[in-house]
Amino acid sequence: MALYSFLAALIPLNNYGHFIHWHWLYISYANFIVICLMVITFVAALLLPFPGHNRRKGNR
Amino acid sequence: MSSTEIERQWTTRLRHRAAGKLPPEKLLPDTQPSYVSSWIYVFGVATLASLILVIATGCILALRGPSWWHGSFIGHFVNSLHLWSVEVFFFAMVVHLWGKFFMGAWRGGRTATWMTGVVTFLASLMTAFTGYVSQSNFDSQWISTQAKDGINATGGGAYFNVLNMGQMLMWHIVLLPLVAVILTAVHVILVRMKGVVPPYDDAASATSAATTEGATK
Amino acid sequence: MSTTRFRPDVDAPEYKGGYSPYDIIKEGTIAIVVVGILVVLLAVVFGSPDEPAITIKKWSNAAPIDFATTALSELNGTSLSASYGAPYNHNGPGQQLGPLALARWVGVRIPINSANDFVINPLRSQPNNPVLKASLTAWEKARASTRSTWVANYTKVAGRMTFTHGNVVVPATNAGPVPVLINDLTHMARTGALDTALLSGNGFYTTDYTKPLLFIADGSYLGSLAQKQHMLGDQWGMMNETGSYPGQPWLWLYTFWYQVPPMNSSHSGDLEVFAIMIVLTLVLFFLPLIPGLRAIPRKVKLYRVIWREHYRDT
Repeated sequence: MALYSFLAALIPLNNYGHFIHWHWLYISYANFIVICLMVITFVAALLLPFPGHNRRKGNR
Repeated sequence: MSSTEIERQWTTRLRHRAAGKLPPEKLLPDTQPSYVSSWIYVFGVATLASLILVIATGCILALRGPSWWHGSFIGHFVNSLHLWSVEVFFFAMVVHLWGKFFMGAWRGGRTATWMTGVVTFLASLMTAFTGYVSQSNFDSQWISTQAKDGINATGGGAYFNVLNMGQMLMWHIVLLPLVAVILTAVHVILVRMKGVVPPYDDAASATSAATTEGATK
Repeated sequence: MSTTRFRPDVDAPEYKGGYSPYDIIKEGTIAIVVVGILVVLLAVVFGSPDEPAITIKKWSNAAPIDFATTALSELNGTSLSASYGAPYNHNGPGQQLGPLALARWVGVRIPINSANDFVINPLRSQPNNPVLKASLTAWEKARASTRSTWVANYTKVAGRMTFTHGNVVVPATNAGPVPVLINDLTHMARTGALDTALLSGNGFYTTDYTKPLLFIADGSYLGSLAQKQHMLGDQWGMMNETGSYPGQPWLWLYTFWYQVPPMNSSHSGDLEVFAIMIVLTLVLFFLPLIPGLRAIPRKVKLYRVIWREHYRDT
């Protein structure tokens, strides 16, 4: 057993979660973070310059 | 045997049809239009990559059976890999969906590509749900006893019994993955056949003639 | 073939520009490696939740009064599963949307008789207990009206139920064998025998937990644990996971409808939410065919950002 104990989580999230309660909205921090990360990733994917394909055109 | 006879064979005709619709250079292209240059394009392939990881980790869980992961460090770790690849899978799929929406990616005869994508999303939701109810822990007890009311209300609960762990496990590891993988394959093949949607033509707007690939057959 | 009018939300312009090298296999390999590393990191750092399942043994030891009250509700027909309707029994109207009573039309396919399945039959499997045996015989021989009177009398005093010295105690009343049945079922539950009895109805092997899950869900113990985990329906519970793990945030829209009237208080709330989601899903599915909606991306013009290099070059 102990041999594999390094596989146990470093930061287990088993304690009761914290929640955002704002008017009608009720959401766990974990889900809120995931949804925020989705939006941030989407915006970043649109804005960050993509390397590669167009380099040969000398635009950058 | 004459060559016309061979040409008429079902097998030959199917091969010609397939090769015509999806020649090797479309299936495995080595160039793509220069407008395909944005990070938003990586979320389709990221979804595919995480689907492969979901299936691979699921197969490892299947090797030792449904109760292995409750009592073993390795089993629990593989379960963690399975869970997080699912989270990454949905994450990437949702960003992919947003991206394709804002590109109007159904244009130019790509309606079927959009529709297979939507159905794949639904099949993935169902697969994830059956996974949650076949975990055999508190989570599955609560989720199944809650979800039964929704499914019973539609009449479906009579045949799709979420409280029957064996039935849910079979749906989760056999039927729904099969559906999801087939739909994904069709979706990807459609993408390869039709190519990536070209940008909106801002200069020559509504009045120009349609000379669209696919749209006018 | 005639030249048709170009529809900007349906047709795509012909691309006459250049092509760039593209290594699809390399891209796929990189994607698997990157996602693989990300998943391993997340699994190592956070692990995954595995809150152990509760048993009827655990429930009846932690909350014997709740258990005994639930057992009574199976006898007097007030429990959720006793009064459910289709697909379990005919004792409730089921959910309905206008004239659509889908569950009732499909009928009873997973028959559940709460009194027999959850109380009487499990007690019959208990050996060597003459008092219990006599009580069961009295129950079986009694007419339905007599049983109803017993159960009703017991129900009247059940509010003053106590759990004393390992026994379920209620003030004396004309309840026939009911006090013995409830007390013995509670004993049986506390030893773990009821967990087995509810499963073995299907023979030796089973993978079907319909009966024990329905029974457990009729009590309030499961719900009280779920409430601590923020998993109740009115806590947007459908998207939540035990502990502090992210759950199924992709269900936010589904669970959202349960929070707003009339669905949050409707008897047919599940069916109403389901109907809304079916309509919305169909809208998403047919989006490329719906004028107005399919024009949104062209009008929002986010595509100008996505393809900014293309527009700069042309």
